[in-house]
Amino acid sequence: MSIAEAMPIRVAGLRKSFGHTVALDGLDLEVRSGEVHGFLGPNGSGKSTTIRVLLGLLRADGGTVELLGGDPWREGAALHRRLAYVPGDVALWPELTGGEVIDLLGRLRGGLDSRRRAELVERFELDPTKKGRSYSKGNRQKVALVAALAADVELLLLDEPTAGLDPLMEQLFREVIADERGGGRTVLLSSHILSEVEALCDRVSIIRQGVTVETGTLAELRHLTRTTVTAEVIEPPVGLDSLIGVHDLDVQDLVQDLGTHGTRVHCHVDAPHLGEVLRCLTEAGISSLTSRPPTLEDLFLRHYATPAADERAADPYES
Amino acid sequence: MIRDLEGTGTLIRLALRRDRVLLPAWISVLVLAVMSTARATVDLYPTIASRLEAAKAVNDSPSLVAMFGRIYDPTSLGALAMVKWVAFGGAAAAVLAGMITVRHSRAEEEAGRLEILGATIVGRRAPLTAALVVAGITSVALGALCALGLMTTGLPTAGSVAIGSEWAGIGLAFAAIAAVSAQLARSSRNATGLTIAVLGLSYVVRAVGDSTEGLRWLTWASPFGWMHHVQAFAGNHWPVLFLLAGFALGVSAAAFALGARRDLGAGLLPDRPGPARAVRHLCSPLGLAWRLERGALLAWTCAFVLLGLVVGGVAGNVGSFLNTSSSRDMIRRLGGEKGLVDAYLAAELGVVGVVIAAYGVHAALRLRAEEISGRADEMLATGVGRMRWAGSQLFMAVAGTTALALTAGFAAGIARAVQTGRALDALDIVGGAVVQLPAIWVVVGIVAAAFGIGARFAVAGWVALVLFLLLGEFGPLFRLPRRIIDLSPFAHVPKLPGSAFAATPIVTLLGAAVVLTAAGLTAFRARDIG
Repeated sequence: MSIAEAMPIRVAGLRKSFGHTVALDGLDLEVRSGEVHGFLGPNGSGKSTTIRVLLGLLRADGGTVELLGGDPWREGAALHRRLAYVPGDVALWPELTGGEVIDLLGRLRGGLDSRRRAELVERFELDPTKKGRSYSKGNRQKVALVAALAADVELLLLDEPTAGLDPLMEQLFREVIADERGGGRTVLLSSHILSEVEALCDRVSIIRQGVTVETGTLAELRHLTRTTVTAEVIEPPVGLDSLIGVHDLDVQDLVQDLGTHGTRVHCHVDAPHLGEVLRCLTEAGISSLTSRPPTLEDLFLRHYATPAADERAADPYES
Repeated sequence: MIRDLEGTGTLIRLALRRDRVLLPAWISVLVLAVMSTARATVDLYPTIASRLEAAKAVNDSPSLVAMFGRIYDPTSLGALAMVKWVAFGGAAAAVLAGMITVRHSRAEEEAGRLEILGATIVGRRAPLTAALVVAGITSVALGALCALGLMTTGLPTAGSVAIGSEWAGIGLAFAAIAAVSAQLARSSRNATGLTIAVLGLSYVVRAVGDSTEGLRWLTWASPFGWMHHVQAFAGNHWPVLFLLAGFALGVSAAAFALGARRDLGAGLLPDRPGPARAVRHLCSPLGLAWRLERGALLAWTCAFVLLGLVVGGVAGNVGSFLNTSSSRDMIRRLGGEKGLVDAYLAAELGVVGVVIAAYGVHAALRLRAEEISGRADEMLATGVGRMRWAGSQLFMAVAGTTALALTAGFAAGIARAVQTGRALDALDIVGGAVVQLPAIWVVVGIVAAAFGIGARFAVAGWVALVLFLLLGEFGPLFRLPRRIIDLSPFAHVPKLPGSAFAATPIVTLLGAAVVLTAAGLTAFRARDIG
């Protein structure tokens, strides 16, 4: 397998400014063939700009962009036959019906799988005979989704595709994307719905202010972050406060009814240092232990809460 | 009832805040143009005799009467000075008032902003009331400022107030018509289109009535006719203003009644379900462009059949109307040299050419609408390249203008040939219409070039077209240098039928159109979308 086949999207050091506003400031993104890649970031962080550069709608100011082995700016139209795109805010032609739009976009891409189209229209409960102007936001989204999913393409670029969908339809969307992964298609899914990304994505890139701040599988990202540890130990632990990688340490003596003494320890531990912490706790005699892996939400919030918090958090493994 | 109006004041302030640049700009341009025309004309006709002669020349020429209306008092300097502006100013006031009404009613509703407001303490009738009040304020301000401006040029006070009131009145009438359109149509584009269609119709009804002996009563069947019947500077028939005001009130009431019968966001003209699958020929950029344009093109084609029939049909009367040497001179100067009828036809086809160019701008501006709405993104993210996408839209503008020129030419030609019994006359007239096309395509090219720089600049096409129209109509009056007037592509169109056909200007205009379009497409290929 060549590099281009193994990696349909390769972006390195991508820069893009609009006037004085810097939208992308050296962004990196690599999407592997056959994976569902989550593209996470808050509003205005540059997700849509990145996707529009990938589509050749915007010209990059700097960096390299490779899409399906080609340059999207120069070979856009040819590459577009092999992908489908769903924008975050779908605009339809007011005078065309949803069904017509699905066929129009589908045929202008690689072509349309009629059976799949019929199946998707039914599953999404879409009325294809209504005019574009009479669809609600969610239904406009469905039209674009059906058009993209029924197209005979190898790559899907989805920009917050579930923004207008109700929970039932969102669930359905997850099922359909899971099918897609089974079918070997590559999906770039931009989103800020964490549960969605957690449920669907093999790998995740988190961006902030136009820069990629984290990338990897969810397991890897979790490894890179802190685990919450709560333990009850018999003796007060010795040397825990001097270990590197331990944060927000809270040690309390426990006074119980029968007069039994014990100590409750609560802290956040950087994953690489978990072993040393456990050793220290074991020496103190563990009577109970809970550890909770970070959720994607923790990851996300850690990067976006406040710049200061972010720097403190990033400190241990960047120094 | 009062509860229904709650929040109207807030909405009015919001609308005035949003339009604080647009309204003063539009009004001051109009006031300045009207004032400078008046100043220039005062010097031009110092004696009663010179006015009599000029007024007779206008009144004896059906094409001028059709375009501008008649001069009711040939001795009045004001009536002579304002002969073109009564109609122009009226049309400008009507377009402005209609546009404002739609902009603050249907357009807001379409964008979903009314829903946000509707959930606050805004009464059900408040948005439409606010839109009408803002359009009314604008119309009255426009009329009052024009009246004041005209007084400073030395024209009689009563006449100045009368003509200002005419414009305020026609503005109010079309604000009301736009309010009804905004209830009937679901999109602001269609509501504006409907308003403009009514405007065009009432203009044509007045034109036919004024220029056709025996059909004079038609001028009383059109708001534009009423406006002319006020006869500013020529008797000032004030009671006629009540007709305009009453019409505005009645039609506004109808708009409110219609509004009460529909839901927010809905129109009274229902949306019928359409096909669930697309026909194969829709599925290309050109197929899509055709599909989006065909409705508008059909409506324009019908209008041009009518216009062509009127132009061709009236031609036969020209000779009998023209029985003074001055009017003969005037019409000859307007057009070619061969025959009076030819000169009349050439002049009218020149006007038709400008109107077709307006369609060309409208059609080419779809590029802008597609890009700004984000639909261009969706198309350009498929296998369609930028050149093919933009080229298809521009091709529709070129093909559409060609179709309209042929339609108008054949309609006028056939109407004329029926009178003369000579089929060849029809072909001459078709030639006179077709020869306008290179100039029209230059205007389309200007839209393409501006679009190449950025979607929001594409409206430069309208600015250019209005500028060319003003250069053609008022350039000679202001004694502008020839090279300024020649900036308009329409100044170079051979005056057919009548004059000799000249290939050089045609080739030059075609070249300019091609260069502008190519430059626009090249720039478009190199820029960001959106």
